[in-house]
Amino acid sequence: MLLIRCPWCGDRDEVEFRYGGQADVDYPADPERLDDTAWGNYLFVRANPLGTLTERWVHTAGCRRWFSVVRDTATNEMSPDIPSRRESR
Amino acid sequence: MTSSPNPHRLNASVRSGRIDRARAIDCTVDGRRVRGHPGDTLASALLACGITEVGPSIHRGRARGVFTADCTEPNALVQRLDGCPEPMLPATELEIYEGLEVRTLSGVGWLSGQRDTAGYDKKFVRSDVVVVGAGPAGLAASLVAARGGARVMLIDQHRELGGTLPDGQAHVSGHPATEWVGRAARELAENENVRILTRSVALGCYDHNYLLVAERRAEHLPVWRSSGPRQRLWHVRAGQVVLATGAHERPLVFADNDRPGVMLASAVRSYVNRYAVLPGREGVVFTTSDSAYATALDLLSCGARVPAIVDTRAEPPARLVEQVRAAGAQVYPGSVVTAATGEPGVTGVRIAGLDGNGSLTGTPVEVGCDLLAVSGGWNPAVQLFAQSGGTVRWDPVVAGFVPDSPGGRSARVVGAARGTYDLAGCLAQGFAAGAEAATVAGFRVAPPAVPQVDGDRPVGRPRPVWAVPDESRPRRECTEHFVDLQRDATVADVHAATETGMRSVQHVKRYTTVSTGVEQGKSSGVNTIGVLAETLAASSPGEVGTTTFRPPYTPVPLALFAGRTRGPLYDPVRTTPMHTRHEQAGAVFEDVGQWKRARYYPKNGEDMETAVLRECAAARTGVALQDVSTLGRIEVVGSDAPVFLDRVYTNKFSNLPVGKARYGVMCGADGMVLDDGVSLRLAEDRYLMSTTTGGAAKVLDWLEEWLQTEWPKLDVYCTSVTEQWAAVAVVGPDSRTVVGRLAPELDVSAEGFGFMRFAETVLRNGVPARVARVSFSGELAFEVNVARWYGQALWDAAMEAGRDLGITPYGTETMHVLRAEKGFVIVGQDTDGTVTPLDLGMNWAVSRSKDFIGKRSLSRPEMLRADRKHLVGLLPVDGHSLLPEGAHLVDQRAPRRPPVPMLGHVTSSYRSAALGRTFALGLVSGGRERVGEVLRAPVGGTDIEVEVTTPVFYDEEGVRRDGAAQG
Repeated sequence: MLLIRCPWCGDRDEVEFRYGGQADVDYPADPERLDDTAWGNYLFVRANPLGTLTERWVHTAGCRRWFSVVRDTATNEMSPDIPSRRESR
Repeated sequence: MTSSPNPHRLNASVRSGRIDRARAIDCTVDGRRVRGHPGDTLASALLACGITEVGPSIHRGRARGVFTADCTEPNALVQRLDGCPEPMLPATELEIYEGLEVRTLSGVGWLSGQRDTAGYDKKFVRSDVVVVGAGPAGLAASLVAARGGARVMLIDQHRELGGTLPDGQAHVSGHPATEWVGRAARELAENENVRILTRSVALGCYDHNYLLVAERRAEHLPVWRSSGPRQRLWHVRAGQVVLATGAHERPLVFADNDRPGVMLASAVRSYVNRYAVLPGREGVVFTTSDSAYATALDLLSCGARVPAIVDTRAEPPARLVEQVRAAGAQVYPGSVVTAATGEPGVTGVRIAGLDGNGSLTGTPVEVGCDLLAVSGGWNPAVQLFAQSGGTVRWDPVVAGFVPDSPGGRSARVVGAARGTYDLAGCLAQGFAAGAEAATVAGFRVAPPAVPQVDGDRPVGRPRPVWAVPDESRPRRECTEHFVDLQRDATVADVHAATETGMRSVQHVKRYTTVSTGVEQGKSSGVNTIGVLAETLAASSPGEVGTTTFRPPYTPVPLALFAGRTRGPLYDPVRTTPMHTRHEQAGAVFEDVGQWKRARYYPKNGEDMETAVLRECAAARTGVALQDVSTLGRIEVVGSDAPVFLDRVYTNKFSNLPVGKARYGVMCGADGMVLDDGVSLRLAEDRYLMSTTTGGAAKVLDWLEEWLQTEWPKLDVYCTSVTEQWAAVAVVGPDSRTVVGRLAPELDVSAEGFGFMRFAETVLRNGVPARVARVSFSGELAFEVNVARWYGQALWDAAMEAGRDLGITPYGTETMHVLRAEKGFVIVGQDTDGTVTPLDLGMNWAVSRSKDFIGKRSLSRPEMLRADRKHLVGLLPVDGHSLLPEGAHLVDQRAPRRPPVPMLGHVTSSYRSAALGRTFALGLVSGGRERVGEVLRAPVGGTDIEVEVTTPVFYDEEGVRRDGAAQG
């Protein structure tokens, strides 16, 4: 049972959240312009690193808000997804 | 006969033991009376009575005896018969009480058919510092952390604190260690920040310091004396975790090492010192390290003889050798026990020399005994540490797997659990870890000085022997050298596994079943790894590695995980305001999500089929009504609400006029149908979306996800209003009359109130209502919505308004039939996450002029294949045959040799009153091109022939929805 820090509610048990997969997979601005491969990549291809992954969670049983965290998939160590770091990505 | 009931109980002047001799407890084992005292386990009571032998072994039926005094017990497993029968309880852990009745088992118990009526509950707590294990290291850690002011939780498996100290004779500050334990226990008990859980097993240690602890609250009490829960499951979130889980002694592997009378050396000490039981009068000790010398001294001090101490090491510490010799024992250094002799119980051992290469030397000698105490070394109990993500390594100095980084990020490991076996070391580590943990948790405290101790567990380098060579047979034939007593697995079995080519310990475990019993490898695991390492000529057991440690640490009844969430408390039950009316009408209910929905209303003992035919006929020819309050409702509000709905629905909603309703389908980004429903436009910036009953929460989550993560700039707010409304669908040719009476101010004429319109009105009973002309049956129908608290009044008024017309309540089953006759799908029944709107033939609902979630997916090559499964109608050629839902459909000509090509399957199947026959919907490969074809549904050995049709069976022209055609 992970302990997840909701940016609005604080530390809560994992059961209050739903996982939202890899963060920053943006919905394409104009899907019709993508070829089948590019659209397939958007739909199905996600990073699966052994190490840090920026991922989305939603506090479904709490404030219902979405947020991103950085999690080490090997140790489950979690840290906030800092906006300044987002800019540099 | 005047024999004592406890012939092996030591006189109180020799050993007082931690038992209450003033009171006797009688229990029944295999029909025999066994007498013990409070403080006894079933195993100690058996041994006190002179009963060493327990149930025979699982596969080979060999005689077995009590082997340990802890949770690693492989032999003495019993089935409790009093109260709710419970299988596979280790007698070594089972505290006796008056009336306890058990049967010994041969490795397999049985589940009782009885309902377990005992209480189980759960607690969720937080703690600054959690200490697992109340031996010297754990007590030390708890004391310091508590002195620092931290909230401390101390968890221990046993009845009493102290770990193995009550099993031994150690001294702290010049007094018996048990006195130090007593003082520590008092100090902790008096501190209100400390919670002590005894008889409690930490089952698992998970990410972010989450622990599950099973507390046995009433298991040591007779059923009639217990009140409150029998067990409690603690969910603990700890700031810091200190693991002081101790170590388990390893058995030794030699010929016939499974005979009753062979026992762990530490268990012998435990029985002598803690329980004042002498398990044998002539005890040979066979050891690979120092710790078993204390066993010999204990036996000698109780008047037993120790004819031989067999030590694998050529040069055991001289101090120990002198000590035991002075007490009357003979030491055989550099030697091994090659075999236990006697049957069924041990009557002697054969002792031979062991040279530096591990080969037997000299001529074996025989020594008589009735007890063989063995010590193959110690396994630090790293289970919880490994579960929490820690890795272990082989330490050749302590000859065991120890935590790789015992001061790791999450759990600190102290004492025997990290291979520290001397008392002073355990205390020092405990004090240090307790101080550290408290300080990190925000309670600064310094560790105190370690008191003067006289070591009870001396430290000298062990010489492990994984399998004593047989005197004559090669390894592959060592079929009586047991590595796992519970699974009857031997050195020969491990050898056979390697002969088949297996190298991984994981494979060997599964092939031989070693360590798959209730002890889960606690006693068998490392010996197997050692034997495997030797067989594979690996440099050390570390090269072979361990199997994976998984929770739970010890077996736990499933009832504990269920706790109180059983029966009606398993899941919340949602009912509508009209629920009592359905009950009064004798409805049979079904679960739809958490909702209880009326499925059908049997009259005069009707079965479902008859009731549904009657309800369907009423809806098609007269008037019927259904409670549709459970449909999900979401208000979508904001200036961008029209844009937003255009994006989430496949069809357009921005051009829907205020006052009108429209059916919509939504897809996932992959283009698969997610949900459907009718939305009303209440105002320019306000829609009331309806969802399927089961999909309401999922759809709200879905909308929120897109609004928050993709389109945060849209001015849209979504609110679940399911619970704000109650609704009744009034259906059938006579529904106009009924609704006209119900809502006298409303113009219900076909001209005045068109299809897919809605209007606000006040019902005759004064209740404000919103009436919509929507139909899920194809008939003329009105959906009347009122504020939830008027739900029952609405139901009553509608029933009253239609009484003379024979208004008939109908349930979900009839609703399913009516909609299927019209080819309307139910998302989740006719779709399964692999079906697009195009597969359903809903091209009319898929906009070409705008983008929507999933649109791009609909033009992927996979979606354009001609053999995609389409929604079709299915008519059994014999109109009486009812296809089972889920039945496969195959080509008539296809040969019936597997693999038979499957063309599709039946998704919905009913008997129709309107059609006078059976019919079905299904998904069939290229189905729209197969209309007119006959397929076969193989069902229970015979085939049902079915004709593929279009999915609309009834009123294809759609004239009935306005009530124009009278049936």
